[in-house]
Amino acid sequence: MAEPARVTGDAPSRLELARGLLCRMEDRAQTMRPTAAPDTGDRSLPVAEPLAGLLPGGGLRRGSVVALAPEAGSISLLFALLAKASAGGAWAGVVGSPGLGLVAAAEAGVQLERLALVPDPGRELVAITAALLDGLDLVAVSGVGRGGMGAADRQRLAARARQRGAVLVSLGGWPGADVELGCVHARWQGLSTGGSGRLSARRVCVRLRGRGVRPGGCSARMLLPGPCGQVGPAPSVHPVDQGVGERQQPAGIREAG
Amino acid sequence: MTGDSGPARVLVLWSPDWPVTAAARAERVPTRRPAAVVVANRVLACSATARAQGVCRGLRRREAQARCPDLAVLGHDAERDARLFEPVVAAVEDLAPGVEVVRPGLVALLARGPVGWFGGEQQAAERLADQVAAGTGVECRIGLADGLFAAVLAARRGVRVEPGGTPAFLAPLGVDELDREPEVDRSELVGLLRRLGLRSLGAFGALTASDVASRLGVDAILAHRLARGFDPRPPVRRHPPEELAVEIELDPPVDRVDAAAFAARGLAEQLHRVLAGHGLSCTRLGVAVWTEAGEELSRIWRCAEPLTPAGTVDRVRWQLDAWLTRGGSGAVTRLRLTPEETVTAGALQLGLWGEVGEADERAGRALVRVQALLGPGAVLTAVLTGGRDPGERIRLVRWGDDRGAAGSADLAAGRPAIPAQGPASPPVPASTPESAPVPGRQWPLVPAPPEIINSEPGAVENAAAASEMVIMGRTYPAQRGPAGARHSTRKAGARGSPPVRSARPALRDPPPVWPGRLPAPSPATVPPEPPHVDLLDADGRPVTLVAADLLAAAPHRIAVHGGPSGLVAGWAGPWPLHQRWWIPGAVAGSRLQVLLDDGVALLLLGRKEGWWMTGLYD
Repeated sequence: MAEPARVTGDAPSRLELARGLLCRMEDRAQTMRPTAAPDTGDRSLPVAEPLAGLLPGGGLRRGSVVALAPEAGSISLLFALLAKASAGGAWAGVVGSPGLGLVAAAEAGVQLERLALVPDPGRELVAITAALLDGLDLVAVSGVGRGGMGAADRQRLAARARQRGAVLVSLGGWPGADVELGCVHARWQGLSTGGSGRLSARRVCVRLRGRGVRPGGCSARMLLPGPCGQVGPAPSVHPVDQGVGERQQPAGIREAG
Repeated sequence: MTGDSGPARVLVLWSPDWPVTAAARAERVPTRRPAAVVVANRVLACSATARAQGVCRGLRRREAQARCPDLAVLGHDAERDARLFEPVVAAVEDLAPGVEVVRPGLVALLARGPVGWFGGEQQAAERLADQVAAGTGVECRIGLADGLFAAVLAARRGVRVEPGGTPAFLAPLGVDELDREPEVDRSELVGLLRRLGLRSLGAFGALTASDVASRLGVDAILAHRLARGFDPRPPVRRHPPEELAVEIELDPPVDRVDAAAFAARGLAEQLHRVLAGHGLSCTRLGVAVWTEAGEELSRIWRCAEPLTPAGTVDRVRWQLDAWLTRGGSGAVTRLRLTPEETVTAGALQLGLWGEVGEADERAGRALVRVQALLGPGAVLTAVLTGGRDPGERIRLVRWGDDRGAAGSADLAAGRPAIPAQGPASPPVPASTPESAPVPGRQWPLVPAPPEIINSEPGAVENAAAASEMVIMGRTYPAQRGPAGARHSTRKAGARGSPPVRSARPALRDPPPVWPGRLPAPSPATVPPEPPHVDLLDADGRPVTLVAADLLAAAPHRIAVHGGPSGLVAGWAGPWPLHQRWWIPGAVAGSRLQVLLDDGVALLLLGRKEGWWMTGLYD
């Protein structure tokens, strides 16, 4: 950043300085009241780092449908996907998940004041989801499979998401989803024998399938959740085969199981 | 400042011991019985009969009761005092407009009008006292003097100070008269003046103003003016509250949503014209309709942001939509919009940096739409609060409600959307010997896990956080890494946990620390009603707790009712959880983290009766 003493330059450098100052002001304002930038050119919601490297385009493309496989880790994955966009001012809604661990969401970095919950949509699942897609940036729906949501309803919701530029996340399967994410080879770290230690982090392999991804799908290893609840890069240890527990930590902490 | 040209003539009407009068009226205590209003175990005000028996202001409650055994001890409620005083003010206003309510129990007005009208100060005072006594049954005293301060003192003595005689009236009075008003605390100043040997207002007033200003501070300047008989300010005329609600008769009755919405549009615009005329914006809107069948339907909409005319129309239309499509009550004959809560219009501001808040507004609109479809309790947001378990660290607030306020009643209504669904909720049969409770009566009767207590509707009134802070303590022996430290900074504004109904209001500050809280990462799934868990050892016997921190055997196999099951690959704990021992029925338990061989991790809560799954590390 240029110092004020160097103001007496030619026009381009002064312009540069002004831009820099404005940028700093905006950064400062950003910390006070973050805003979402819905239509300013970037057509995707930002995602925290290890996941961003995995996703095509480095984020959740607006208007797309993301399916989270109904396996262990899907809720943590939802929080991890949501965290960075939420911190940047995006609004999210979760329909039909009464048992959401919101402390875990907060630990993952989700801003709870911009997370709306509709725990019991009743029979109005489609109508509620459509209404939320109108205004929120990301809507997660659970119970798509069993909730009597037909193919026509799914198509309508996907079209609504596309039209409004929202991201529709399905907790569970969604035939025809743009992107499908799932956690495999989950291994918790931190437990020791005989009841000592505690669950501290989970090493998972997040697998991605869908459009714009190479046919076999791709995957990445990460900590989900990491020691502080946020998603984090897996500590780089010597490469191992999938599914084999690796001993890595000193001080007697090892992966259990 | 009115200047030193001499304060205006002020008439003050004072009802002695108004807090007691109001409380006794509200509680229907007979007037002859001695009564006292008590705040924080100290007498705030007492009736004349109680005073005659030795009760005085500032006395401890127990001592007051000892001096006067049949004392009626009443609680303090400032809003009730103000509400019950309103008829008195109205009665005074019938005779003399331009009334200022100094506080409930004390009314001031400029004397010139009524004195001129009734032909003399004595006559005006008598008429006013008669009017109040006849209209409301409240006994009051009247004082007349130059300036408000002197007039209040005159009213306490029931005297009329001649015009120009105010300094002479004030001079012999003691300096402690400066400290009579409950709003301002001048006890330090009064004490200082006494120690300086200035025992009367006259002596204090004899000091020069510059000496007072240079030595005693700003408040003393004001007190000095009062002591000399000058008035800091003239009475402010009260404007009677105007009716802000708007109403429309629909003739012929309307049974279609679009027609009703059309009528509502005009009504909403009228409401906003009225509000704009007063410089107000509405944050809580009451929508009420009357139907042909004589039914009255009403609902109050809360809005985090002040309502715009378009927002008002939206809410009315959604509400009518919900009512009319529900059917059964016929066409609408009358529609009424009431601004239940207003703020000054300046609160409605646009962001400095362009379209700040546009996304928020869009999101808010969508959420209000969902509220219209499902009811206001269906859309919730979460607030982090204090607590030790993942379930109790979350307080759910209806969308649109204040996220900072306690909102006990609202949460009580907001919560029932969650429980009682899914396969996990029905109590399971007692399939193992140790699950002693009778099926079907299990949840209400046995000492349940904390989450179950939490899901009670009255859950919001918090136990005193401070007391928990002291008592709790030793729960979590595991490594309290940087995660634990980080957390204590996060929960700014955290308050007491939401435990059981019998609790007291929360203490706001300081934010309590919660030793023994589960450190991060927290379980990603917290079942609203924890399912029962069978935890078995290698021989197939149930694993029990020998002590709070000791298992009888190593867990080998686990089965959650309606959840995962499998072989145990590892476990951590048990960690004893001692909290809320002062609440009957809330028995201590122990936490246990269990890892299954397929990678699923669970958080269990153990008691004598068995194990419950309070979290799933999903």
